[in-house]
Amino acid sequence: MKAVRVLIDAPVLRLLGLLVAAGAAVPLSYLVWRVWELGWSESWEIATSARTRSLLASTLVLAVSVTVASVAISVPVAWLTVRTDLPMRRTLLVASSLPLAIPTYVGSYAMIGAFGPRGMLQGVLERFGVQRIDGIYGFWGAFIVLTLFSYPYVLLTVRAAYRRIDPSLEEVSRTLGSGGLITFWRVVLPQLKPGIMAGSLLVALYTLSDFGAVAMLRYDTFTRAIYTQYQGALNRSSAAVLGLVLVVLTIGVLAGEQRLRGRTQTHRLHGGGGRIAVTTTLGRWRWVAFGAMMTLVTMALVVPMSVIGYWLWRGLRVGEPVWPAWPLITNSLGVSALGAVVTVLAAWPVALLAVRHPGMLARSVERLSWSGYALPGIVVALALVFFGAQRAPWAYQTTGMLVAAYVVLFLPQAIGALRASLIQVTPSVEEAARMLGSSPMGSFWRVLLPLTRSGVAAGGALVFLTAMKELPATLLLSPTGFSTLATRIWNATAEGFLSRSAGAALALVVMSSVPMGVLVWREEHRQLGAPAQRTSSTKATDGIPVERTLTDSPR
Amino acid sequence: MKSISPRGLVTGLVALTLLAAPMAACGSSEEPAQPDGSTGTDASGPLVVYSGRGEDLVGPIIERFTAVTGIEVNVRYGNSAEMLLLIQEEGNNSPADVYYSQGAGFLGILSNDAGLTPLPEEVLTLVPEGLRSPKGDWVGLSGRARVIAYNTDRLSADQVPGSLTELSDPIWRGRIAWAPTNASLQDHVTAMRVMIGEEVTETWLRGVMANAVPYTNNGAILDAVASGEVEIGLTNHYYLYPRLLDDPDYPVANKFSAPGDLGALVNIAGAGVLTTSSRPQAAAALLKFLLSAEAQGYFSGSNFEIPTVIGVNPAEGVPAIDSVVVPAFDLNKLTDLQGTVDMLIRVGAL
Repeated sequence: MKAVRVLIDAPVLRLLGLLVAAGAAVPLSYLVWRVWELGWSESWEIATSARTRSLLASTLVLAVSVTVASVAISVPVAWLTVRTDLPMRRTLLVASSLPLAIPTYVGSYAMIGAFGPRGMLQGVLERFGVQRIDGIYGFWGAFIVLTLFSYPYVLLTVRAAYRRIDPSLEEVSRTLGSGGLITFWRVVLPQLKPGIMAGSLLVALYTLSDFGAVAMLRYDTFTRAIYTQYQGALNRSSAAVLGLVLVVLTIGVLAGEQRLRGRTQTHRLHGGGGRIAVTTTLGRWRWVAFGAMMTLVTMALVVPMSVIGYWLWRGLRVGEPVWPAWPLITNSLGVSALGAVVTVLAAWPVALLAVRHPGMLARSVERLSWSGYALPGIVVALALVFFGAQRAPWAYQTTGMLVAAYVVLFLPQAIGALRASLIQVTPSVEEAARMLGSSPMGSFWRVLLPLTRSGVAAGGALVFLTAMKELPATLLLSPTGFSTLATRIWNATAEGFLSRSAGAALALVVMSSVPMGVLVWREEHRQLGAPAQRTSSTKATDGIPVERTLTDSPR
Repeated sequence: MKSISPRGLVTGLVALTLLAAPMAACGSSEEPAQPDGSTGTDASGPLVVYSGRGEDLVGPIIERFTAVTGIEVNVRYGNSAEMLLLIQEEGNNSPADVYYSQGAGFLGILSNDAGLTPLPEEVLTLVPEGLRSPKGDWVGLSGRARVIAYNTDRLSADQVPGSLTELSDPIWRGRIAWAPTNASLQDHVTAMRVMIGEEVTETWLRGVMANAVPYTNNGAILDAVASGEVEIGLTNHYYLYPRLLDDPDYPVANKFSAPGDLGALVNIAGAGVLTTSSRPQAAAALLKFLLSAEAQGYFSGSNFEIPTVIGVNPAEGVPAIDSVVVPAFDLNKLTDLQGTVDMLIRVGAL
């Protein structure tokens, strides 16, 4: 039994997993070394100082609030855009995912431009005697900006989970007499839980590492304090101590998530054969829901894009060089795509270990691969600079090094997406493939990969998007003279040339939107045709496209 | 269904292994690499500059250097602190030849670490003493004065404080903009610590903290002054002029502090050649070019900075270096950044 169940031989998988973990642990070992160099007693003093404690509190408050708000937005939005007759559903489906393409350093600028003390809103309200609007700086500004530009991490994973739910479970619940709410609570929510958890983890830890929003909106977090030590004082030791505290915090969050997640197995009892759920008719709530969706999209997408558009217009008017050179676009696309491909490859062994061979080793490998994600980009970048320049000068300042940095920084995004879709694949499908004589690689290729295709695509797209926006590692590790859209935006905004950044910002958002749009769109259409294709091409699933004509796609 | 072959996956995994292996290997050891012996002549390949100044400010003039001399230059742009951290982490294996910093403090730190090599006399002597390293290993390429920018609709020049000390007066509550995270402000605080001592500086900072509204950078300060969000701002002089060109009615003017006042600090953007550079001659040629009449004219004409070479006329509205102050202050004393950051944290500004 066990021999059959093993898909890729466990020892090989463990070796690959350990290799990935070793790469991901480079920043961590760098931090430990810096702290050791400083001396434990002095490090301990910094780590337990009153300031560190207050940073811990403010950082946690922000991370928890942003995560809770992201879940609160994403679960209803996912439901509305997947399962209901919402007006303009497909447009909103894509639009509600797009804020992820806006970097927080651009989004924060735009939000200050719109809602700052003397921003555009104040300009409109001035005739009513409003002299200034306070409140954007500090907690609320950082909270709103981070929520608006990172909730799609949860939305994407929840939406994917929604699509994988076998509607027959809900039908059974309803047949047994449960109402809609109770069915949601008892049947749907547990199925969504892996998706919610995966997305929440991404948001929570992203919040820990983000610098753009907290710097511009002036909210004190670990990341901001780490930057102050680096940039203000050039103090690599204090920064390392704070970084290490952040890693400990991350491990705490991961342990918490693990406890909440439990040993959930939510795959279907029979293999495959998914159907489309019945579209819920919203009735008179239709336009209320539509209004709420439009408000969200306006705040998270329309407002920032309008501000960028305004800068662009202003720049064009005075003849500033607003358009980014073509190589910036191809550089951004190329290095981000490469980063996405390599990161997904590296994520496979970790995700497979976590789902199919849970245990101490799998857990350690997974946690180590998260260690780079919650660290500010500058820490990861400097660690790789240190090791690269000293130990691998032949690779230093090559594109490969930059790609390696993206892998270390964004690995969890791919792992999360892969794991979420792996959990829903019943192991019996793989067992069947093996028993029918398929080789381990063959069954991986012909069974597992097709069944987790959406996870692979989602993980790859997430990494791609995040790499497009990435700044500190790109500035420090790319080949000298190599510019991307993100570095162009940085260069212009650092000197206060907002108009000159507008073209690059627009290009960045548009270029990132394309794969995002395609991903969301494809998912939408796969729901119709895929199960039949999948069964015929894999032979291992027994799904019959039942009742598809009856339930049909939501239209 | 579109698919890649199993062989493709294996190739990918092998590639990943190759990528991960050196990283895993280098995690085990921490010894610095051996320094490579420098040779008398320049190595081939383009000159590598780590620039803490933005591409919009210095890119065009570096391109001119290549056009004039034929020497190729590769520039990495970042902020001055990050570029210095990069050099420190790279150690002896740094590919950089030139470090171009936005402020004197970072150059002083690198100089104290013996990271900069002495410059040829012909380069150094172009710049007056006080705007270059006493050790002769960096030069100031352009200057900027700390000023108080004020909203001309709200205040007349006389109403603007002539001395920085007045800014801690409670009558200025909520009317001042500053950027405590900005390196220029931090350099200024460092200078004050050297000039008037720790205690007086800290008391002054606490007073300003109570009055001032923080912004992220100098551009944001000016826009806040222009919009009337605040009335005065602590900034560098040269951010104003491009805005005045865009909009002649931009309601902001600079007030330069009286010579000898705390406010009258002139800081420089400057550069030095790294001791690890394998192209020291080309590097010195670049610095010499940046001190030529053409480059000094560019800094002044396009960026509205103060030329550091005496005799080059500054742009209209920009004071000449010898008229602002002859800085009695040794810019090499700006190196205690940690003390300033600690003080700013202590008063709650960071």
